[in-house]
Order: sequence, then structure tokens, then C-alpha cells
Amino acid sequence: MNEIVPIHPIGGYVPMVDGPEKVSGRARYTADFIAPGTLAGRIYRSPYAHAEIIEVDVSEAAKVPGVVAIVTGADCDKTFGVLPIARNEHPLARDRVRYRGEPVAAVAAVDEATADKAVRLIGMRVRELPAYFKAAEALASDAVPLHERRPGNIEREVNFELGSAVEGFAAADLVREATYNCAEVCQNQMEMHAALAEYDAVRDRMTVHASTQVPYYVHLMLAQVLGMDMARIRVVKPFVGGGFGSRTECLNVELIAALLARKAGGAVRIVLSREDTFITHRGRPETDIRLKIGLTSAGKITAVECECIQRGGAHSGYGVVTILYAGSMLYAIYNLDAVKYVGKRVLTNTPPCGAFRGHGTVDVRFAFESLLDQMAGELGLDPMALRRANLLKAPTFTANDMMVNSYGLPECIDWVERESGWNARKGRLLCADGKRKGLGFACSHYISGASKPVNWTGEPHATVKLKLDFDGSVVVLTGAADIGQGSSTILVQTVAEVLGLDIGRVRIVSGDSDVVPKDNGSYSSRVTFIVGNAAIDAANKLRGVLVAAAARRLEAAPEDIECMGEVYRAGAQDKGLTFEEVVEEALKDEGTVTVTGIYSTIPESHGGKKYRGAAIGGTMGYSYSAQVVEVTVDEETGEVTVDRVWVAHDCGRALNRLTVEGQVQGSVWMGMGQAMSEETGYHEGLLVTANMLDYRVPTIQDSPPIAVGIVESNDPHGPFGAKEAGEGSLAAFLPALTNAIADATGLRFNNLPVTPDRVFAAIERRERGRPGSDPSRRSGSDPSHRSSALYTGVRGEGSDPVLPGPNGST
Amino acid sequence: MATIVEFVLNGRKRADAVPGNRLLLDHLREAAGLTGTKTGCDGGECGACTVLVDDRPTLSCLTLAATVAGRRVDTVEALGQGGALSAVQRGFHEKLGSQCGYCTPGFVMASAGLLRRNAQPTEAEIREALGSNICRCTGYVKIIEAVRFASELLATGEARHA
Repeated sequence: MNEIVPIHPIGGYVPMVDGPEKVSGRARYTADFIAPGTLAGRIYRSPYAHAEIIEVDVSEAAKVPGVVAIVTGADCDKTFGVLPIARNEHPLARDRVRYRGEPVAAVAAVDEATADKAVRLIGMRVRELPAYFKAAEALASDAVPLHERRPGNIEREVNFELGSAVEGFAAADLVREATYNCAEVCQNQMEMHAALAEYDAVRDRMTVHASTQVPYYVHLMLAQVLGMDMARIRVVKPFVGGGFGSRTECLNVELIAALLARKAGGAVRIVLSREDTFITHRGRPETDIRLKIGLTSAGKITAVECECIQRGGAHSGYGVVTILYAGSMLYAIYNLDAVKYVGKRVLTNTPPCGAFRGHGTVDVRFAFESLLDQMAGELGLDPMALRRANLLKAPTFTANDMMVNSYGLPECIDWVERESGWNARKGRLLCADGKRKGLGFACSHYISGASKPVNWTGEPHATVKLKLDFDGSVVVLTGAADIGQGSSTILVQTVAEVLGLDIGRVRIVSGDSDVVPKDNGSYSSRVTFIVGNAAIDAANKLRGVLVAAAARRLEAAPEDIECMGEVYRAGAQDKGLTFEEVVEEALKDEGTVTVTGIYSTIPESHGGKKYRGAAIGGTMGYSYSAQVVEVTVDEETGEVTVDRVWVAHDCGRALNRLTVEGQVQGSVWMGMGQAMSEETGYHEGLLVTANMLDYRVPTIQDSPPIAVGIVESNDPHGPFGAKEAGEGSLAAFLPALTNAIADATGLRFNNLPVTPDRVFAAIERRERGRPGSDPSRRSGSDPSHRSSALYTGVRGEGSDPVLPGPNGST
Repeated sequence: MATIVEFVLNGRKRADAVPGNRLLLDHLREAAGLTGTKTGCDGGECGACTVLVDDRPTLSCLTLAATVAGRRVDTVEALGQGGALSAVQRGFHEKLGSQCGYCTPGFVMASAGLLRRNAQPTEAEIREALGSNICRCTGYVKIIEAVRFASELLATGEARHA
């Protein structure tokens, strides 16, 4: 008996609990529900970028045999949107279209060919309006507002100054300013958006299968748009093929499918093409940044001034939150006193942007870490030493009232310094055959769940239920959406850990609103931390029930009962009870046992009130990341190869080392795509990169080995000490790459992506002995250039600057 | 304009009425009910629909169903033997070569095709064989580990089938 000990699934390399389904083809995603009789839905999209709708003509489409239902904006005057303050988007455009590809009408037909044929017969008459494809165009004083409620096309302007930037810069020994441009990028998750809506006309009930990260938001928006009682709606989240933020909002596809299903009185399945999935967008906005930093000669940051303009697209979406994150997350990584931030979220006639992995933080972090690297060079400081001169000391609150309780950034820096051989190799890598090698370094961070939920209802932030039944199985019931990040695995491990059981005894049901408790969803890296804590609470309660039952059966006091997982005993000499015996006892009087675990964030984590929107960025725990990237630049072709990446991530505690590594590697790699090849392109508002060949996603041939160091800072509030692992390492890749290229070639790229043609052009200019053609982009530039440079929105053709002096490694 | 197409699907002979313009991908998913094979793009961009035709990795989205007449088609559903996972499936599961899982059937089939013709591939050969499959979750690092692990399982006899 003595060899029986509690099992500890936490901290191991645990393959995902739903892995066998995924590798065998048994995992069913929304598009895999193919039932006879289901109608095929197709969407007619606006060919105009900006126009008043005079008429949408569906008369010819309606005559096509096999067409069962057609819906247009006239069928629905309700609006939707993720933020309660900005629910202004129509599922199907009414009165006005605001981007090319905006849904205008939709058809349900007996099969896809018939639906396609009908959609081709739909037409619209419009009065065209001036369209704005760049932030600067939409901000022009004579621009027509896209939305009447937003004159000037500014969705939100954020202004704050904490501490005195003027005094901070005056105290600096070196002040530098630079501008940066990051192209718009798209999540491009592998599963194309899909929805299956089934309307039960007899009972007036709607069931929707949706490829979503937040079934609860879909539920809310279905009720709002359909004008249905929420109790008549059921949302099912089957397997979801990735999200990366594109599915943290209810999308128009779910709503259109439901509108069609109700009108048709049946089931409608819409599976978007890859092209339409790109057009649905919700990606990271094109961002222009002007950044100014002051440093003492020892590298201490004295002041920061940042202007950030995001081209948000045609609707609000998450825009207000994105532009707030870009400012608030300047903090909580280094010790900053004086910060001035101006953010503008601009409405343009392009598809709406949203919350892409690393929401709001990535482009600003790119600029920040780039400028620090450049200034470190000028001061003759090692880039790591510069960061070490600005570390926080946890526990602390930042100047914008963000709570930092655990801070593993110093250990992250130590790890990448050691593993990459930084001190011996930086600036000393061998070059040959027209190729130059370099090392670059940068840091980043992210939140472990937004402390305040989007919809403030007074409920706990998370609720988890456990069911224990006659068969001895423990079932976790959660609304937390596993979208491939492994949240179901973490919750199973968590419950098993508390109960001392093997994970094989614990099952999980997630994502069916008929069965599971509501969850606020898989966004802002909240599930492990927030739902994980609720799962611990639930498991502790269940353990209490089991201990009490064992005490009854053993005629002992509950405090004398030892829980060994599969055995409960009263003292080491006791033979004890098997788990099955304890379960039998526990069920005796009450039958099936269910317990509810909850978790709420503490008010101290809710951010401050020093400026409007200051709650954005507030979290229970920040993750930290440091990265070193090694590159080879082929100066004959401009091709940049990432040879290796070393990344250290402070996830508080690794609950599952396998999935932490996978999340960190995936983040780094996704940062690589944005840094090196991914960008959307438009021609007069028409998305011309809506496939995976023109939108260049790195292949396995382009992708480096990524060595992961796990730093465990043991957050006092985290579940078993854990913080997030899936987003924080993305941002650091971008500046670590450009810093490495600067190390290799002396060329500093402030515009992303760094494509071979841009590198080649910059090398050509350097070889011709010309300095950068755009002086405003050089360090220490004349400030009079700054606003014009910022507002041109022109992607830097020929304007990437040349820094004096390569690293001398040739 | 349907023709009767006889082929062997996952080891079983079939004779299906196939319209001339039907893609193998759609035929597998909608007529044969094998939804393990995924649609990930609008044609030939991502590799999610990879199946084996006579052991050769093939994009089913660029293959007309009628052209597999007389051939063997294997989808991801065919790999497990007696309910157990194949070497490649174990690799992708145990080494986390699969996160969201949507690209996984395509990667698994491309990897199985590789290991059937070359049971001990080098890393360069793995990268080449999987070069037309896109994964958006893993960064590919653990996919390479998954295929190596599968190769070891085959070498040690711990698994018999790729």
C-alpha cells in the first residue's frame, strides 16, 4: 500500500488530451459536420470600397431553382461588435458599404454550385463615395467620415503623459527619435472560417456550430442580431483550427448563417474560402510609430515619447482596446518614469482589424527594442546591459498602476546570453562568400488574461464545474475554448494534480452552451491563469467532498484523512479506501456529485484611472521573454536566413513543458512571419494577397531551430505559480531580427517586413556610398520632419536608412 | 456526366459514381464521409488535403476524383492499425507536432509518404518532403521532432507502420 502516492501531472511533458483525435482524422471541425439536407450558404460581397447603397437586387438570384432563402441588410437592422461601447457593425451592410468584400447579401441553396450561381446574379446600385486606404488619407481634413458618429475618422484618440517627458529628456545624455512602419498582417489560421446554423422552427430554437475562440460572444451576438431570447440559442464549439485572435470576436459568418437558417427554416452551412477568410480579416493593423527615447550614459531610460497610428479598417472591432494596449504596454517590462503617449485608431476603407496574438503590443515593442539597440550602440553599451539598467523590481506597481508580482526577465536575459554564446560571439561572427552573420537581442512581455472582462456582469471571471459520478470518472465542464493552444489539457492536468489522479481518470467537455458553464473565452492568454485558478478551486472542493466521504467510511476526522489519489487513508498504517470506495460513499446520500469552482481577479490588478481606458493592460501576471536571433545575410541577393533562435520565456511555472515549448516556438515563428515576409496588399481597396502564396507564410524550409528556455518565476497568484506562455514571445522576435541584421550589415530596418528586395536595395545604396535617402528616418533627425514622415503612411520604398559603421566583423 | 470509378480507398475496393469535375478532396469528404482530409485553402497553397495515391503524397484538392481509377488512395483514417496509432501519428501526438490539428492530417500523410519510401530520412529530407505543407501553430520545430521520432519507432521495431 505504501507505494501508492499521489500522481503529479503538473510540470511534465504531457501530450495533449485531444491529440489522438487530431492525428487520426477523427477530430471534427465545423466544416466537417456534413449532414444530408443541410443547405449551402454563400455570401455576396461588395465590389465597392465605399458607397451608399441605393438598391441591392436579388430578384434574378431568387429565380434560380434550388435557392431556398436570400437575406440582405433589409432583413436585419441590428448591429454587432465585440466591445459594448462599439457595437456598430451590421452582419449584412445596410445603407452603406465601407470596404471591398463587406457582406451585402447571402444565399442558401440546395448545394454550393446553386448558391454560387445565385450569388453571381446579385447586383447592387450605389452612389460611390471617396475611399481611404491609408490612415493619412482618412485623417485628411476634407475626408468623408466612414461613420457619422466618428467625424475625422478617428475611432479613438488616446493621450496620456505620466511624469514629465520634457524633464526626462532634459535629464538624458542621449535622445534619439525614429519612425517605424509595420505592415498589416493577418492571423491566417489553418481552418477557414465556418459556421453551421440549424434553426428549429417548431420550437423557435437556434443551434450554431462556430469556429470561435469565444462561444459566449457568439451566443450574445446571435441573440442581439436575431432578436432572439438567449435561452433559445445553443452555441457549440467543435475542434477549432487555430485562431490567434481572429476569432475572439463574433464574426459576420456566424450571424449570416443564422439569419439564412431562420429564413430558410432549416440548416445552413457556410464555409468561407481562404480568400474570404482573409477578407474577414481582424488582423493586426498597419501601424506607424514615432518613438523618442532619452537615456543616461549608463543606459537608464529617462523619458519615452510615442506616437502610434493604426489603420483600423472599416469598423470599430477591438480598435479602442488595441490602441490602448499599444500605450499601456509600453510599461510593465522596464522601469519607466516619464512616458508620453498619443495613439490614434483610424477608420479606413479596408477590412476591419482585430486582436492578433500579442494584441496591440507587438509593433510598439518592435520600435522600442529597435531604438534601444541603436542607442546602445551609440553609447557603447551592450544591449543586454542596457536592459539590465532598466529592470523592474517585483512586486511593484508601474507608473500606470499595472500590478507586477513576478518578474523573470533578468533570468530570461541570463539564459539567452549564456545559451547563444552572446558575449563571445556578438560582433565576431565569421563572414565569407558575400555573406554576413549577426546576432540580435530583444525582450517582450504580455498579460496573462485581461483582468477586467469585456462584458462586466458581476459574475466571477471564470467558472468551472466538475462532475463525479458512479463510474468514478471526473468530468471537467468548461466553456473555455481549446483552439489548439492546449487549454483542455492544462485544465485536465490541473484537476488531476489537485486530486492526485492520473489524467486518464479525468475527462473534459468544453464548448457546448447546453452543457458547460459560460466562459469569457480564449483571448488575452487568460485561460491557464484565470480558468486554471477556477479549476483548482473546483478540484479542491471535490477533494473536500471525497475526504469527507472517506472520513465517514473510516470513522475518522476529515483532517486525519490523507488523500493519496487512488487511495484515501487515515494514517500511514491504515489500508485505506480505494478511489472507487470513496466515490461510492460520496454518492450515497446525494447522488452524482457536482462542484463549482470560481475565480475572480483582484481589484489591484484592474489597472488605474490615470487616463481614460487605463484599465487596458491590467492583468494578474505578466509573462516575460528574451530572445537572441542569429542571421545570415546574403549580400548578393538580399536574402536573410534565420539560422537559430534562442528564446527564454518566464511563464511563472510550466504546467506542461511540452505545450509551453510548443506555444513559445509557435509565437516566435509567427513573429518571424510578420518580420520577414507577411503583409497584406491592397489595390484600390481590393485585397490582392488573399492566398497563402501572395501572403507569404514561412514554410518548414524557411524556419529555424528554436531553442526554448523556461524560466519559472512562480507568480504568487498564478495556478501553481503559472503565467501565460502563448503570446509573450512573439513581439521580441521582430526587433531581435532587425537588430541581428544591423549587427551583420550595419543596416537598420525600421519598416516591416524585411523582405529580400528591401534588404537588397539597402545594400545597393550602402555600396554606392549614399547615406539613407530619407533623413527623417535617421537617428537624431530634425524633429520638423516627424509629422510629415509619420502621416505619409508610405511604406518605405528606398527609405530604409543606413547606419554608419557595420560591426567590423568582416 | 458521372462515370463509375473503381479504386481502393483505405484498403477497401470501391466503385463510385463520380462527376467529371469533382475533386478528390470533395469526393473523400462529402461522398466517402472521410472528413479527416482537410480543406485549408482555395487550391494547392497549404497541403492540408494531402493524401497518398499509390503511396505518393498528393494534393487531393488538385486531383480530379476520376483520375484515381485503378489506384490506391490512403487517407489519414487508414493509418492506425487495430485502433493503435501509427508511427507518424504517435510522433505528431507525443512530440506535439500537432497543436490545433487542422494541418495535421496533411502533414501526417506527407510524412507517412516520406517514411514509406525512406524510413530513415535526414533533417534536410524531412524539410524537403514537408515543404509544401503549411502549419500556422508549431513553427515546425516539433513537426521535425515528430517525424524523427516516428523514424526511430520504425527503426527499433516499436512501430511497424509509418
